[in-house]
Parts: sequence; C-alpha cells; structure tokens
Amino acid sequence: MTITPSTPKNALPWWRAQLPLLVMSAVILVALPLALDLFRLNLVGKYLTYAFVAVGLVLCWGYGGILSLGQGVFFGLGGYAMAMFLKLEASDPESTKIQSTPGIPDFMDWNQITALPALWEPFHSLTFTLFAIVAVPGFLAFIIGLAMFKRRVGGVYFSIMTQAIAAILSILIIGQQGYTGGVNGITDLKTMLGWDIRTDSAKYILYYVNAGLLIAAVLLGQWLLKSKFGKLLLALRDKEERVRFSGYDVAAFKIFIFTLAAMLSAVGGAMFTLQVGFMSPSFVGIVPSIEMVIFTAVGGRLSLVGAVYGSLLVNFGKSYFSESFPELWLFLMGGLFIAVVMLFPNGLAGLTDSWREWQARRRARDLPRPTGAAPAPTAGDDTPPPSNLRAEGGAA
Amino acid sequence: MDGMSFSEFGSVLIMQGFNGLSVFSVLLLMALGLAIIFGQMGVINMAHGEFLTIGAYTTYLLSVLSTQYAPWFENYYFIAAIIVGFGVAFVIGWLVEWLMIRHLYKRPLDSLLATWGLSLIMQQTFRSTFGPKEVSATLPSWLMGSYQPKEGIDIPLNGLFVMALTLALTCAVAALMYYSRWGLKVRATVQNRAMAGAVGIDTAKVDRMTFALGCGIAGVAGAAFTTIGSTGPTAGSLYIVDTFLVVVFGGAQSLLGTIASAFSIAQTNSTLEFFMTGSMAKVITLTTIIGILLLRPEGLFRLRVRK
Repeated sequence: MTITPSTPKNALPWWRAQLPLLVMSAVILVALPLALDLFRLNLVGKYLTYAFVAVGLVLCWGYGGILSLGQGVFFGLGGYAMAMFLKLEASDPESTKIQSTPGIPDFMDWNQITALPALWEPFHSLTFTLFAIVAVPGFLAFIIGLAMFKRRVGGVYFSIMTQAIAAILSILIIGQQGYTGGVNGITDLKTMLGWDIRTDSAKYILYYVNAGLLIAAVLLGQWLLKSKFGKLLLALRDKEERVRFSGYDVAAFKIFIFTLAAMLSAVGGAMFTLQVGFMSPSFVGIVPSIEMVIFTAVGGRLSLVGAVYGSLLVNFGKSYFSESFPELWLFLMGGLFIAVVMLFPNGLAGLTDSWREWQARRRARDLPRPTGAAPAPTAGDDTPPPSNLRAEGGAA
Repeated sequence: MDGMSFSEFGSVLIMQGFNGLSVFSVLLLMALGLAIIFGQMGVINMAHGEFLTIGAYTTYLLSVLSTQYAPWFENYYFIAAIIVGFGVAFVIGWLVEWLMIRHLYKRPLDSLLATWGLSLIMQQTFRSTFGPKEVSATLPSWLMGSYQPKEGIDIPLNGLFVMALTLALTCAVAALMYYSRWGLKVRATVQNRAMAGAVGIDTAKVDRMTFALGCGIAGVAGAAFTTIGSTGPTAGSLYIVDTFLVVVFGGAQSLLGTIASAFSIAQTNSTLEFFMTGSMAKVITLTTIIGILLLRPEGLFRLRVRK
C-alpha cells in the first residue's frame, strides 16, 4: 500500500485512522500496568485523572477557542463531592467516638462545629454523590457560560473571569475550614460502601476504571468532533460572526462545549479522590488550573489523544525534576509554557504531524518530478502559527 | 459596637477608610501599568506582578547598598530607588516585548500562557538570587512614624507617601496619554493600526515603548510596595488576579474607570474586613465584581463596545 500526501484521511481503514487511540489504549491498559509497580501505577492513575481535564480543554479551547483558566474549579468540585461522601462514611459514630461530637468529620470537630452542616447532609447517599459530581460543576459551568457567551464575552476576558472564579473558590475553601477541611483538604478517606479503597486490589481496579472512563471520554470527544457539531465548533472558533449570520446560536454551542468540558474535569476530580485518597484546595486554585492548560498545550491542543500523553509527560517531568532538581523545575515549567506557545503551538501532536508531512514530502521528492519539492517546514522560530490557531483573537 | 463611644467609632471608621485608601493606592499603582498594557494594547501580561517584584527587589538592593557603603545616602536612597526601579523594569519590559510579546499580538490567549511561563521563570530567578525568605528594605526615617490629627486617629506616614506617589504617577500617566505627542501616537495605534502606520507612525516602536512603560510603572509600584510590606519571590503574583479584575471592572480602555474600580474594590474589601474575616471579605468582594461583570461585561466605564 502506498500512501501519498493526497490520500484523504477518511480513505484509511478504521484501524489505521484510530491507530493513535489504539496505541494509547495499549499503553495505559497493558504496557504501563506491566512495566510499573503499584506505587508508580497509582501515580500514573493520578496523572490520568488530569487527562480528563486536558481532554475537556482540547474540546473547548483547541476546537472551541474558549480558554478556561478555571478548570481546577470543576476538577475540585467533582473531587470534593466524592471526598465528602467518602469522609462521611469514614466518620461513622463508632470510629469517631473520641470526638466531642461523634459522627461528624474530624476537622469539623476540631473547628468546634457540633452538627453536620446541611450542605453535607445529602452526601450520605452514593447515588446523590455520583449525580452531584457531574451535575454541580456542569450547572456552574452552564451558568457561567450562559452569562458570558450570551453577552458575547469571550477571548481573554473569559479567561480572566474564570481565573478569578478559581481564586474565589480556593480562598473560600481555605477560609471555611470548619466546613471544608481548609488548606489540608479532606483527608483520611477509607472506604466506599464498605469497600476499602486503600488495598492493592482496589488500586488496580480503580486504575482500570479510570483508564476505561478516560478512553470513553476520548471516544466521546472524537464522536463529537466528527459530527456536524464538531464542524460548527471549528467554524465558530475561526469565524464566529459568519456562523452567527448563518443563523446558528453561537452562544448555545459554546455553553454546551464549556459545560461538557467542566463535567469531564469533574469526573477526573472524582477519580482523583478515589485513587489518591484525599482532596485539597491545592487542586482548585489558579496555579493548578493553568497547569492543566499546559498539559493540553504540550500534548497538542487539537489532539484528544495528545492531551493524554501531555498530561502524563508533564507530570512525570514535574515529579522527576521537582524531586531531583527543585530549583530547575520552575525554569523548565516556565520554559515549557513559552516554548509550547512560540515554537510548537500544536504540541507533540503537531510535531508528529509535521514529521509525517516531512517524510511524505521526502518520499514525494524521491519520485521523478518536474520541479524540486520545497524544503520541509520546521516547527521553528518565527514561522507563523498554523492558520487554525490564528483566529483566536477574533473572539476577544 | 457596645462600649464604644460615637467618636471612637468614628475614629475606627476613619482609620478603616484610610486602610482602604492604602490598598486602593497599591491596586491603582499595579493597575496603571496594566491599564496601559492590557487596556490600550490588549496584551495580557501575566508576568506584570513580577515587574512589581523587580521594582521591590531593586529598592531592597539599594537600601542594603546604601546602608553598607553610603550611610549619608540612607535618607535619600528611596527617591533613587523609584527612578532605578522604573529603569530596570522598563529595560526588562523592552526586552520581553522584543523577544516574546511582539510575536504574539495576533494570539492574545497564547500571550497569556507565554507570559505565565515568563512569570514562573522570573519567580524562580528571584528565589535563586534573593532566597525564598521575604526581605524588607529599611525605611528612611522620614517615612516612619505617623500623623495624629486627633486623639485615637493614627495615620501612618508611609501610607500617606504611597498615596501621594500614586496621585503623582496617575497624573503623569494621564498627561502622557492624553496631552503628549507620544500618547497621541499610542492612541492612534490602538484605534487603527493600519491607518496609524500609513500616516508615518512606527507602530512597532510605539508598541515596544508602551509595553516597556507599563512595566516601568509596575517597577515604581514595586518600590512603593516596599514601604508598606515585605518582598518575597511571589509578592507580585499575589496581586495579579486582583489587578486584572480592577482593569476589566473599570472598563478596559478607560483610565478613569480604572481609578474608580480600584477605589470601589479596595473600599469594599477593607470595609467588609471590618465585619468578617479577611478571606470571606475577599470572597464576597471578588464574587460581587464577577457578578457585576456578568451582568455588565463592558465594565464601569465604556469607551467603545467590546466584542
């Protein structure tokens, strides 16, 4: 079979088209569990929960042009909802009988709170918790999106507003120690409906549940992008006015994709709590939110599969460097932000694309042709960004 | 308020109001530079807070140097610090624009990410150079002490000084923007870049000068900052979100709006702090701003429709 640059993508057999996803699934389902011990696999599991956020950001930032700097809010809300359920289960009257008020979470007791706050009451029920994990962040995103996109606020204003919301939520959680566990977060989570989540087998099971959900999220994203909705999303990112004049309700599309990204983040947050065993405000505020954007940018803002690799790579780098060379880490992280924006705006996925293109051109050059092929483009210094990035400013 | 006489309550109110004015001054100082960079040029500079830190560390260095080598200068070093702080921040801002920002004018969201990266690098540079601990400059004697117009009212001199500096700087920026030839060029470039270029304005140069000037003002703000707080590697980044909100809330292209919004945000926050904990005051202030901005996205003062 010969591949020429002109072969349209949809002419490939399905397994060739889906090769990146198949490879990714093989890596996280087979290769990593075989290669790593449980401690490291648990770390990978933790990184993969960030990948939910990154996949959401590919949809809403890469394709929708909406850069949210507040995804940590939704990740945190999902994680806190799960943590509240687990904490209530861990604080049964029997195991908390040394407290002055048995049956409430320990940090409430330390803060002289004598009855369970009404906000916590419904989290006794797992069904409600699972519902809340998706519904609360989804509803918040819907409200934010409704208020902003209906009034045609977009671009950098939206980014700043979401960043402020992230700041508000983290200050609120830290300030309301008695209700939220404060800066330590909600810790000492033990069981879920009696099932101990700290055992080795539970960790394996949770890892696979997480990986399965993540692959499902990527598939959902692919399906959306392939549909008419995906085409419209791309169109409104690049020429919002034209889509509006064609009679589409642009705001509704934006609200939908932003809400979906928030819900995906929340699922990631809940899985984080389950696998890591605690939730704290350090995953909610401005810094984690913007770091999640860099996972997406490194993987490639237009690649759902790339987002997963991006989350894995940046986090491996982070834990390696911040352990071995803590001084260097912030330089590297900062350099990564700058490089990914200025040198390779389409991230790793963009690099593999240009590699493939370069090879195809080389192959084409080897064939006898009347004129020499142009030199291969490099993802280098001052080359203008690919056209699909340029329109971002249009929404500002 | 039991057991507090009316005049005592009045004094508390005055001092709380003064507190608010101090916060207002710092916010406005930060926001002035950003109002130029973000409001006029539309560039998001997340590293703006770090330019403030540059000014603060410059002041600290000068303070240490003058105590060690030139004790006679100790009383005057602060004036020099303001000028040097401006200069250092200006030059670094100029370089940053040349190396980075000018490639990103067409991609505002990307400039946001790149400048965030820059701020991380700058923070770590501060940490490696000056250490993770907070440092503070020794205040010249004429900035210490307080002014007591009446029994029970205590107004610190350094606060008054910051306010005076803010006032002077605001007037200078307004004069520069609205009454100078250079300001005319800046406004022309902002309003219609192609046309400004056609009538012979070097728009690239205007951009670079504007960005550098905004950074320089942040440097001055940093110098002022040392009189009321100590300086750590992340001192500037603590203010960055507030500052952006000040500029957005004021209406991005209006200097008057920036002043009004810095004033209302600072007063709301410090008044609320009197009734509840600091963090709750901040949460309520920020939530109110977000709420108002959701209802009125163009901010307090609108110069032209934001799209």
